[in-house]
Amino acid sequence: MIPKLSARRELDDLKQQELSRLAAVEQRITVCNGTGCRACGGLEVKDALIEEIGKHNLSGRVEVMPTGCQGYCQRAPLVVVEPAGIFYHGVAPEDASRIVSQTILQGDLVEDLLLDDPVSGKTIARHDDVGFYAGQQRIVFALNGKIDPTSIGDYIAHDGYQALAKALLDMEPEEIIDEILRAGLRGRGGAGFPTGKKWHLCHTQQAQPKYVVCNADEGDPGAFMDRSLIEATPHAVLEGMLIAARAIGASEAYVYVRAEYPLAVEHMRKAIDDSRACGLVGEAVFGTDFSIDVHVMEGAGAFVCGEETALLQSIEGKRGMPRPRPPFPAQSGLFGKPTNSNNVETYANVPPIVLRGASWYAKIGTETSKGTKIFSLTGKVANNGLVEVPMGTTLRHIVYDVGGGMRNGRPFKAAQLGGPSGGCLPAELLDVPIDFESLSEHGAIMGSGGVIVLDDTACMVSVARYFLDFTARESCGKCLPCRVGIPMMRDILVRITEGKGELADLDRLHELADLVKSSALCGLGQTAPNPVLSTLRYFEDEYRAHIVDGVCPSGVCEALAPPYRIDPEACRACDQCAKACPTGAVQGTPGAPPYAIDETLCIRCGACLEVCPFSAVVRQAES
Amino acid sequence: MPELLPSKLREEIEGHAEHPETLIHVLRRVQETMGFISPASEAFVADQLDIPISRVHGVVTFYHLFYTTPRGRHTVRLCQGTACHVAGADRILTALSTHLGIVPGETTDNLAITLETVACLGACALAPVMVVDDIYHGLLTPDEAVAIVERALEEEG
Repeated sequence: MIPKLSARRELDDLKQQELSRLAAVEQRITVCNGTGCRACGGLEVKDALIEEIGKHNLSGRVEVMPTGCQGYCQRAPLVVVEPAGIFYHGVAPEDASRIVSQTILQGDLVEDLLLDDPVSGKTIARHDDVGFYAGQQRIVFALNGKIDPTSIGDYIAHDGYQALAKALLDMEPEEIIDEILRAGLRGRGGAGFPTGKKWHLCHTQQAQPKYVVCNADEGDPGAFMDRSLIEATPHAVLEGMLIAARAIGASEAYVYVRAEYPLAVEHMRKAIDDSRACGLVGEAVFGTDFSIDVHVMEGAGAFVCGEETALLQSIEGKRGMPRPRPPFPAQSGLFGKPTNSNNVETYANVPPIVLRGASWYAKIGTETSKGTKIFSLTGKVANNGLVEVPMGTTLRHIVYDVGGGMRNGRPFKAAQLGGPSGGCLPAELLDVPIDFESLSEHGAIMGSGGVIVLDDTACMVSVARYFLDFTARESCGKCLPCRVGIPMMRDILVRITEGKGELADLDRLHELADLVKSSALCGLGQTAPNPVLSTLRYFEDEYRAHIVDGVCPSGVCEALAPPYRIDPEACRACDQCAKACPTGAVQGTPGAPPYAIDETLCIRCGACLEVCPFSAVVRQAES
Repeated sequence: MPELLPSKLREEIEGHAEHPETLIHVLRRVQETMGFISPASEAFVADQLDIPISRVHGVVTFYHLFYTTPRGRHTVRLCQGTACHVAGADRILTALSTHLGIVPGETTDNLAITLETVACLGACALAPVMVVDDIYHGLLTPDEAVAIVERALEEEG
């Protein structure tokens, strides 16, 4: 049982106890049990390992530790054997016996579970040599994979709640705010507003009570770092919130988690309960006058609730619709009281800043954007997962050094950054250092940090249409520019992808985009045209190809796609294309080449092209 | 006679009397027990929390995760996020829709399966992804997706 902590000495004593508990084990097998690894059988792997340890009477000497998301989700489930640091990926429950008998008992590697690293092209045995991790600088993610997220003891052993003790016992609220200001921390949820300024404004308000809100309504498609952070290190997020509460003088806090993240909700609830049990949440924390209560509020499925004023409405049990500012939430927020709301990743940055100091933090990053940023790297890149790198890192480093380059050797076409509020950056911009300013200068935004890598099979008009479809559906409908303007733009894009566009549509898109940008009520509406504007800026030739030439160059838009054809020379009549075809357009007899495609039945889905082992399926235009 | 909420749930809601800020939480509890939120449930909640039915209905219809019609025993939620979109989620949707004979938002006639699309499930590295009864399935092909749904039905026994 974790004791009640009423003084810093007790926290330090507990830390020592927990450290010796962790050190008492000779070897430790960490198994990633984040959402991604669970989807691939991570829980079953953990159970199988525990059973094997029991079979070999190793309990007490070898520990199996379920961890939160380690970020290399594509290689799930992940297993690391410590202290040797041996890294296994794609582990199945049946592999457990070999891991225990070979690696744990004899120190040998299980060769077929080792990673063939796309970054270096070598087979990798140790976690620290994995290119995906080696190219990162993990500060916020430092403990992901190192601790059991449901154990407050594990967190305390790794300096957990030391920053809170320092903030409560050694610092005045003004000093905390000053530290955050000097560190240069900016909001990680999208707009990049200086966190210290936000806290200061809230701190100076007279009204009581004040609230602290953690925005974990991570709705941008393609972003999952907040899910990962709460799943893996819920206490770090909570500690950041408690320090913020001290700084602004709040007595109540809410974590608003989207309902699509059940594991994050579970881990955050457990973290709050455990912290309450040992007195880190509650009355008179560490014997000071600081008292706080923390609640978890589950969303009910509305993208717009990621906007802070909408989120506050939702906590109040109302429709989540944004309202105009001023007054800012710092002045009049939740229940009309001063409220500080920050994103999950922002709060997770707070404990390291308080503990290690603003000057240490401010050395990381660029002139205007300090610290690290976590990106969700997905799409047509070899390594998919969560990437934490210093601000100012280039897209090239993220895609090629950490991401291991393009999948299947296809060429890089663009990276979509910042989700529905962001934009697409073309290959010419691979070497631009990424920070808040450079991204907006080039028509994207940092947003929550989603990076979706697109290759030459992506149609940029369709990408823009996809995002506008999304924002049109998710618009709350309160203001007219967003409610009407976005569907109008979407309809134009649909026309273009159906081959019914005209050149004047490009001017109409620009006009509507400017209008929505300048007049929508909230940030989500104002940034919704970005996917259109950035694709127009860098890929206007593709729009023109759709409109003028009547061709979708990448073949995505069915109405404009060149038809498929089977090269009779290359066809081996393996029948895979016919099996894959959803409409029966591919015809032929197995073993008797060649097959042929009936153009009238073909819906241009490309399924045949994907499955053909002999590259016998080609587009008409290519031949 | 509209259906009655079980007495335990009624008591729980009565415990939130005149706390309109708990509306979303209360509606969630109603849905967990009843499967969906009927007009009668809306009226009861409005009465207990002392707010107009219009406000309750407004909230129910605003959020995607509140349902006003009965649901299938299994829920299949297919991700339409960017990463899944790029990885061919459309083809999986077509396969599931064709196989089940329903479009997203609908429930099969025998109340076995409700098919839904969601904006993003946050497991983008495993795209394309779907969730069947809260279990994640990643790196799907259309055939696998159909097979997983069939398995869920078989396990029902």
